[in-house]
Amino acid sequence: MGVEGIGASVVRKEDRRFITGRGRYVDDIKIVGLTHAHFVRSPHAHAKIKSIDIAAAKGMPGVVGVLTGQQIVDDKVGNLICGWAITSKDGTGMKMGAWPAMAPEIVRFAGQAVAVVIAETKNQARDAAEAVVVDYEELPVASDIRAAIKPGAPQLHPEAAGNVIYDWTIGEEAATDAAFKAAANVVSLDITNNRLVPNAMEPRAAIAEYNDAEEHFTLYTTSQNPHVARLVLSAFYNIAQEHKLRVVAPDVGGGFGSKIFIYPEEMVALWASKKVNRPVKWTGDRSEAFLTDAHGRDHLTKAEMAFDKDNKVTALRVKTYANLGAYMSLFSSSVPTYLYATLLSGQYNIPNIFAEVISVYTNTTPVDAYRGAGRPEASFVVERLMETAARQLKVDPAELRRKNFITTFPHQTPVIMAYDVGDFGASLDSAMKAIDYAGFPARKAKAKAEGKLRGIGISCYIEACGIAPSKAVGSLGAGVGLWESAEVRVNPVGTIEILTGSHSHGQGHETTFAQLVAGRLGIPISQVSIVHGDTDKVQFGMGTYGSRSAAVGMSAIFKAMEKVEAKAKKIAAHQLEASEADIVIENGEFKVTGTDKSIALPMVALAAYTAHNLPDGMEPGLKEGAFYDPTNFTFPAGAYICEIEVDSGTGKTSFVNFVAADDFGTLINPMIVEGQVHGGLAQGIGQALLEGAVYDSSGQLMTASFMDYTMPRADDLPSFKLSHTTTECPGNPLGVKGCGEAGAIGASAAVINAITDAIGNNKLEMPASPDRVWHAIHG
Amino acid sequence: MSTIKLTVNGKAVSAEVEDRTLLVHLLRETLNLTGTHVGCDTSQCGTCVVHIDGKAVKSCTVLAGQAAGSNVTTIEGISKGDELHPMQAAFRDNHGLQCGYCTPGMIMSSIDIVNRYGGKLDEETVRHELEGNICRCTGYHNIVKSVLDAAGRMKVAQAAE
Repeated sequence: MGVEGIGASVVRKEDRRFITGRGRYVDDIKIVGLTHAHFVRSPHAHAKIKSIDIAAAKGMPGVVGVLTGQQIVDDKVGNLICGWAITSKDGTGMKMGAWPAMAPEIVRFAGQAVAVVIAETKNQARDAAEAVVVDYEELPVASDIRAAIKPGAPQLHPEAAGNVIYDWTIGEEAATDAAFKAAANVVSLDITNNRLVPNAMEPRAAIAEYNDAEEHFTLYTTSQNPHVARLVLSAFYNIAQEHKLRVVAPDVGGGFGSKIFIYPEEMVALWASKKVNRPVKWTGDRSEAFLTDAHGRDHLTKAEMAFDKDNKVTALRVKTYANLGAYMSLFSSSVPTYLYATLLSGQYNIPNIFAEVISVYTNTTPVDAYRGAGRPEASFVVERLMETAARQLKVDPAELRRKNFITTFPHQTPVIMAYDVGDFGASLDSAMKAIDYAGFPARKAKAKAEGKLRGIGISCYIEACGIAPSKAVGSLGAGVGLWESAEVRVNPVGTIEILTGSHSHGQGHETTFAQLVAGRLGIPISQVSIVHGDTDKVQFGMGTYGSRSAAVGMSAIFKAMEKVEAKAKKIAAHQLEASEADIVIENGEFKVTGTDKSIALPMVALAAYTAHNLPDGMEPGLKEGAFYDPTNFTFPAGAYICEIEVDSGTGKTSFVNFVAADDFGTLINPMIVEGQVHGGLAQGIGQALLEGAVYDSSGQLMTASFMDYTMPRADDLPSFKLSHTTTECPGNPLGVKGCGEAGAIGASAAVINAITDAIGNNKLEMPASPDRVWHAIHG
Repeated sequence: MSTIKLTVNGKAVSAEVEDRTLLVHLLRETLNLTGTHVGCDTSQCGTCVVHIDGKAVKSCTVLAGQAAGSNVTTIEGISKGDELHPMQAAFRDNHGLQCGYCTPGMIMSSIDIVNRYGGKLDEETVRHELEGNICRCTGYHNIVKSVLDAAGRMKVAQAAE
């Protein structure tokens, strides 16, 4: 489709502003009369607020207002909601405890806001916040899953007996149990999926401005989905009416899921801007981010896989406890259920699957979607079991996988998903070739002779992206539809603006979306602008997460483009006195096939807007919109293989090689796709080797800074070898599947499989720190 | 309050700030140079790296007063008009950035790395030298590629001058 169309690795249009310091993030924005907010946060993980004395703080220099949790309750600001209803196996609904934006009576995690100080400067707000005196009565704490579910555990919410939010199942229990009874071999594992902190490099921030004459609010915020933020803030939190609230998400410095949710801080900023009748800015610092950004993962799982005598998988049985933290964040309930257990079939033909998921409250920061969201946890379960089975059954791990691969499509799994297309053997072949799998035994022997422990680990992941068919997710409890919208505006001079409900916070939409349009019309991408992230400009949209922007967002653009092109062809045919059916679009021109007659796009656009000579009855203008609702999820899949060496003296793991072979369907911009994979792999490897949020028994987050929480740094990671195999997705017009989360989904199992292979001990928890690996070697 | 005089991106600047003001806040809030970012509060992330008298420094770790009299260069000050610095161009051409938030600090640190090592840079050295800069998007793969590419471009540029 031309040099800048689909498939071209063009450099990004948005980069110039980022490399010259001209990006515009929320904290970069200044407004006349701006005040600054600083939150007073609970130092305790569970406590009763006996009193709050704000008198001294009110008298501090520059203080404009001091507001407390009780005031937000008195003003009838709604509690934070969870937007996905999960039904327990006994038929009861999930047990959601109340979550006010600032705690009026009880705090349930360390860092929860109890009051906010608004002042003329940031420093004045911070100083005055220290003068707010809160008298707490400490309550007993349940700081992890085990502490929360044991008899006599402290109760977090009156609604949730035993701290259980729901006890949910999927699949056929009796058939699965029967398959286990009949099995020739059974493999089982206890798995901890470690808790992670998303840590987008830009901390969350909000600027709220209230215009009392218009009764209108504007909120600039670090959001992956500004329209959903506006909907929730208006429909559920009663702060502003939807038509009186503009939400802008300008440049956003990474999200990884953590900026999907509507947090207390932006609610409070919005509410406070009306209370003090001044614009209010809040910019979180990293310490606040650790304590208040929704965390990810945190599962305890027992998983078993049954095999027949031919080493075919006959059944999978999984029981998972998921920690949702102190309150139910916006999509938290769906992550360990419909985004997790529905992927437990992996790439394999497994006739029987049964999974039970029990989600619990603990006195910790709320847990919600983080890059991959449920799918990394599922992939880790399946791929650790496969590797363990290969060792137990004494067969090659690649061959055991291959024997069990799904090879015919569509394939209906026992856990809802209907895989549309794939070629799992092709990606495994590609990865094995890239890493010289056949040569590994010789390399291992050589390393052994040099005193090093070398291991190789495979991970064949599948995920569900392109989230999601609205009717399907609605039937599973989602409170929203997951379509996307687009509008194509052709200007009178022929340049084009694309308005999209997707939101780019690093993904490069300004380039890839323009590539689609430029390629179809045969014009340079410089002629196409992408408009996103502003509810005043784009009518509605569901935002960017779940690797949905290409599959859903671009499909909406595709549909709108078809409408625009159809109208433009009519105009061109009229102008050229030709038949509409004979018009083709090439190199920015509308041509009559088989002739030398043509009219350039700008002339067609101008004709549409002058309206001097249009076909009879045609409306002037050239602008079309479309909503696209996917018919199915998409199923990116691939094979990752990791070769590592462990120093038995120190327990340190170093990478020899990491190869990734992915099938994302059609690639829009291979350079950007590879960048997405690199970043995902880094997060998956980070989970496997480095990252882990740790709470002590009193509910204090021990890893609350970059000094204590190990973020992957440049010298922790290898360069990656990537390759692609392609089966085009039949479910959307572009054949795309999504690439944003794959790396984070597939990488961690490959790493742990490799280390456990190297050290000959399968009992190893993530993060596999040198200390843990050393103990796994030496006992 | 104190009056601080320094040179920023080649221009003489005088500003009255609280004594506790960090250099990064002087740049961002007083001088409106918002290309320098703040990503942590423990001097770990490197999104705030600027050059003070030609050397890469985390501007969150320096009081504005300590920078008095010095020559500060920020991300806004490294291109020559429309002509990008070779490091900026290399980051763009090698897709060395995604969300862009760590990018100014990465570029400022990387220029200093290349200046210090000249032509003797290899992947391992670049990875080691970038220990003070955290990126959550790229997995560093293309950042390392960018720095190595820029090292070559900067050598050529220096030879030409």
